[in-house]
Amino acid sequence: MSYFTPSTTPADPLNRHETAEITRARQELVREPYVNNGRSAAWVGDHIASVVENPAPLWWYIAVSIAGSVAGLAGICIVYLICTGVGVWGENKAANWAWDITNFVFWIGIGHAGTMIAAILYLTRQRWASGINRAAEAMTIFAVMCAGVFPAVHVGRVWFAWYMAPIPNANGIWPNFRSPLLWDVFAVNTYLGVSIMFWYVGLIPDAAAMRDRVKNKILKYVYAVICLGWRGSARQWANYEMGYLMLAGIATLLVITTCTVVSSDFSTSVIPGWHGTIFIPYFGVGAIYGGFCMLIILLVPIRQLYKLQDIVTLRHIDLCCRYTLLMGLFVTYIYGMEFFIAYYGGNPNERFTFTDRVYGPYWETWVLMMVFNCIIPQVFWSKKVRRNPWLAFVVVIFPSIGMWLERYVIIVSSIHRDFLPSSWGMFYPTWIDIFTFTGTFGIFFLMYLLFIRFLPVIAIAEVRSVLPEANPHQPPVIIDAHEEAAHE
Amino acid sequence: MSDAPLVCAVGSGQMPKKLYAVAAEFPNPAALYAAAEKVRDRGFRWWDCYSPYAIHGLDKAMGLKKSWVSLLTLIGGIHGLVIGFLLMTITSVYVYPIDTQGKPYFSLPAFVPILDLLTIMLSAIFTLKGIIVLSWLPRLHHPLWEWDLFNRATHDKFFVVIEACDPRFDEKNTVELLRDAGGANLTFIGEEE
Repeated sequence: MSYFTPSTTPADPLNRHETAEITRARQELVREPYVNNGRSAAWVGDHIASVVENPAPLWWYIAVSIAGSVAGLAGICIVYLICTGVGVWGENKAANWAWDITNFVFWIGIGHAGTMIAAILYLTRQRWASGINRAAEAMTIFAVMCAGVFPAVHVGRVWFAWYMAPIPNANGIWPNFRSPLLWDVFAVNTYLGVSIMFWYVGLIPDAAAMRDRVKNKILKYVYAVICLGWRGSARQWANYEMGYLMLAGIATLLVITTCTVVSSDFSTSVIPGWHGTIFIPYFGVGAIYGGFCMLIILLVPIRQLYKLQDIVTLRHIDLCCRYTLLMGLFVTYIYGMEFFIAYYGGNPNERFTFTDRVYGPYWETWVLMMVFNCIIPQVFWSKKVRRNPWLAFVVVIFPSIGMWLERYVIIVSSIHRDFLPSSWGMFYPTWIDIFTFTGTFGIFFLMYLLFIRFLPVIAIAEVRSVLPEANPHQPPVIIDAHEEAAHE
Repeated sequence: MSDAPLVCAVGSGQMPKKLYAVAAEFPNPAALYAAAEKVRDRGFRWWDCYSPYAIHGLDKAMGLKKSWVSLLTLIGGIHGLVIGFLLMTITSVYVYPIDTQGKPYFSLPAFVPILDLLTIMLSAIFTLKGIIVLSWLPRLHHPLWEWDLFNRATHDKFFVVIEACDPRFDEKNTVELLRDAGGANLTFIGEEE
């Protein structure tokens, strides 16, 4: 029954029809609570801290051993590469950037969604984000660390990598500040540094809460050091809130700067397929797209395994899926616009590159990219899919792969056939390429598992401050859409 | 009195040797907010509210001024901008000029990304330092930690603490004020000499 269709039945003396309509409309208008089932602040603290306090479950040990072994694979590959040379990767003269830079852009992109959630959603007063921002920021830090592996080792002689730092050395050599690759060094380091600071500030009150509740003497000492003696006084909170706001603003700027700089690695060159002003928004939305997918992949199992469904609610999953869909539409638009400009710009080299992407030897990656990134996420138009966490989990695996393929398409298919046909060639990954990339997933998940074991996976103080009882101007009344619906 | 405990409940007849503050517990943010307004209106300066999470508007109820952290952010940002400008200009123009593709040695547009990043980095560092230093942290000990109940200040309890060094502090009247405001578990907190 549509709400806007006027009732054809004559006026009901009991006005039943209107009442039902009004009830339905009211249910639509009632906002879902940030924390379900009217949980109290004490419950939130106990429940999140119990993840750390209870003995580690069996699955955690199994997961850590698997992730640790896979991470070891990356370690072995990196040592082998440093001992032997960059030639162990499949790069050749035409395709002199391939998996390394693809992986770098892939991981750095995953980091962006964490900052987006923690900073941009904080600035825009999206208070639901408080339930997932700690998990998202941790994802940022670990993803940036994984990203840093690739540019660090692909320089070849890693023992000279410190030449990139602007410090006086014995040869009197200084870096070239006009090079986008040096901008990249600054961008990645700043991004890592600021993300850690932002994450740490959020952690201070929660570490204090952990300090006051754990029984273990050593852990108590560690948490006391992390929280620096935080007491939760109103004067401290005032500084904290202001500082957090400032850091959110800084981090927002940084997300934009970092994706701009990473895209400048490509767009400041004159390679067809790279030399476009669209690259800056392209990398920004692509990064956030991949990051939201990874966040859903992390959150769905965590909320299930640790029974955090009341804090990381279906609404959180729903909203993350909507962001995924939005970013998916953005990248679809950009894919279309790139082809349009290649056609409309009239540059024959540009046209050739884009034709080569579709009809050239790498056409499979292009087709898979289009299917995974543009078509599959369209299922998120359905509320049933968005509200079904495990289904969403399966769906976002595809754009996650698709976003890796997107970077592969951008990098390899643009350069494997350059201006000089005699140097055309193909890129084939070696085992070292494959194992190094697989290994970074091990590093990422290993660090994430250690994080959920030793630190509160959800920002306790922030979730508490969005509870209805935290509002000093209202008596503590708990509004729950479902309960209200049940009453009426 | 030499063996007087550091923490004594009001009405127990004991007093710490050197009084640090009188503290009261409140059940919820609304009660804390109302009590903070009362204490503020009496003109106290050396006092504080303790809560497990930031309560919206409590700074106003306490009569606190805007935090200075944002000024430190600005100072940090200016530092980053100036340091970045000098670093790049001095090295690229005077110390180690590199001729790349005929670009001028002083090429400001190409310096912008690093200027931006250094500004961001230093303002973030100053902000973090600001939060820590302006909150008088890090701190190894605090008299309030002698009080067992204060462990709950990071969990589910709310406290108002009025320090004895406040010129308006008066053992009897301050206790009365906190009791009238609805405080429970009124306690004298002592500090070591």
